[in-house]
Amino acid sequence: MGLTMAEKILARASGQTAVVPGQFLTARVDAALLHDIFAVPVFEMLRGSGFSSVWDRARVLVVLDHLVPAPSVAAAEVHRRIREFVREFEMLHFFEAGTGICHQLVAERGLAQPGQLLLGTDSHTTTAGALGIGVTGIGTSEMAYVLATGELWFQVPPTIRVDLAGRLAAGVMWKDAVLELAGQIGSDGAQYQALEFGGPAAADVDIAGRLTIANMAVELGAKFGLFPADGATVRHFRRRNMDVDAFGPDVDARYARTVRLDLEELGPRVALPHAVDHVKPVQAVEGVPIHQAFIGSCTNGRLEDLRVAARILAGHRVHPRTRLLVAPASSQVERDAMSEGLLATLVDAGALLMPAGCGPCFGGHGGVLAAGERCIGTHNRNFPGRMGSPQAEIFLASPATVAASAVRGRITDPRRMLSPSPVWR
Amino acid sequence: MSAEESGLRILGRAWCFGDDISTDALSPGAYAVAPPEVRAAHTLEAVNPRFAAEVRPGDVVVAGQNFGCGSSRETAPEGLKALGVGCVVAASFARLFLRNAVAIGLPALPCADAAAAVADGDDLEIDLEAGLVRNLKSGVTVRGRPLAAPMLDVLRAGGIAPLLRRRARGAGDRA
Repeated sequence: MGLTMAEKILARASGQTAVVPGQFLTARVDAALLHDIFAVPVFEMLRGSGFSSVWDRARVLVVLDHLVPAPSVAAAEVHRRIREFVREFEMLHFFEAGTGICHQLVAERGLAQPGQLLLGTDSHTTTAGALGIGVTGIGTSEMAYVLATGELWFQVPPTIRVDLAGRLAAGVMWKDAVLELAGQIGSDGAQYQALEFGGPAAADVDIAGRLTIANMAVELGAKFGLFPADGATVRHFRRRNMDVDAFGPDVDARYARTVRLDLEELGPRVALPHAVDHVKPVQAVEGVPIHQAFIGSCTNGRLEDLRVAARILAGHRVHPRTRLLVAPASSQVERDAMSEGLLATLVDAGALLMPAGCGPCFGGHGGVLAAGERCIGTHNRNFPGRMGSPQAEIFLASPATVAASAVRGRITDPRRMLSPSPVWR
Repeated sequence: MSAEESGLRILGRAWCFGDDISTDALSPGAYAVAPPEVRAAHTLEAVNPRFAAEVRPGDVVVAGQNFGCGSSRETAPEGLKALGVGCVVAASFARLFLRNAVAIGLPALPCADAAAAVADGDDLEIDLEAGLVRNLKSGVTVRGRPLAAPMLDVLRAGGIAPLLRRRARGAGDRA
């Protein structure tokens, strides 16, 4: 019997030739990813339990991304202690504040490879599933266990296959596709399951789009959100001087169910407050006034996203009753956007540039909302209290929709602002 | 060993919540690096501002689908545990919340029918191993799906921390 990608990843990690959904197993971990909010409790637990080293100091990645630059004395203390722990445990891969959001770094720097298993202390660790990597989130206690032992228990998830068909229309982005999927199957539609993307249009999704979709897999409850590692993936790694093999499901893999997502019919989508699966066509909420627009996050802070935003904002100004925050996903994205002139376009339009990091998205600092305020953002969650006041409202959309909305000061269908040429996707 | 002796039988008062209670509601991001007692004081304030102040040790949180959806933050179950919550019963749990609850030794029971059989303030008796929720006020008992044996084992041990300490001692013995 054939295996899905999730089954192959967990079979390899547990030293078995095959596994079946529901089976419990102990998996060896290829890499562990920690970010600044949770690193200190992990290291404290590790040391407090009697461990003076990690299982493999070359396989631990520590990233400062949530509290950058330190917005409070408490955050600065957290960073100071993390730097001390990194030295004490002699960990080899440490990324200072401003290098980028941890999931972007995994993808951008090739910190794990297709078929491997990487666990991270962040729910959006699913992002690099875009590259065929078995990536998922865990909590701090379990991460301490991983750092001590290099292994963790798993239950093999059933896999939902998502077949992508057709082509995206102009003005529609891959964010719209994954919001549509959230609306269709619900925020618990893939609970305890893996999502695997395939079908005739899967190869058409660029790496940035795959990262956006796999990032949001966790918003559907999924353990993994996996794209096959195909030619585009192999080229992605080759550009980073790494040779990797293609990796995908067996042709006779068994799926719990198959969902078809038809891209031809798809228009821009918006997730309304206060649920990621409360998804409507943008027309349903056009004209709703917004106070803040946000372009960034591990979902949509990549170069491709900034290009689309800049194209819409070029020659316009952000509406006077709205503010626009832009946070590139990494310093590399920032540098590339600078070279292409995108940052100048965004700043000329009135955007406020933020450091590469997670601040506004998780409501920690830098762009939090007051009671009664309304934000439209390219990020991934709109639960009550996500971006500050529980009385604020958050709408989630594509970079195109957010940029168009920033110009009009109201939620706007980006297709109204498409320049006649050239057409972007 | 009986369920009671292993800490897998819980008696407490019910606090009822709806579907999709998120980790942002359980543990708001604004207090991410605040001291634990400050974090705990904001538990669920976006959905019930009285909860953190009025919850009593042993009380049971009863909720709908997808409880704990969102972040990997272990502070979500931690806040409940710090406030003395004895058990969370929900129609279903988000994967990360369930893993984290088990990892810190906070009892959790998936039970689709509990929300309909329980009102705020009802006294409940939970048997985690049998998966039973008994409403002591109404006399109604509903059956959930007990956690799988490997997860109950971690809960019985009191979470990952004691297992890790044992593992460290084992490594030391071999050295």
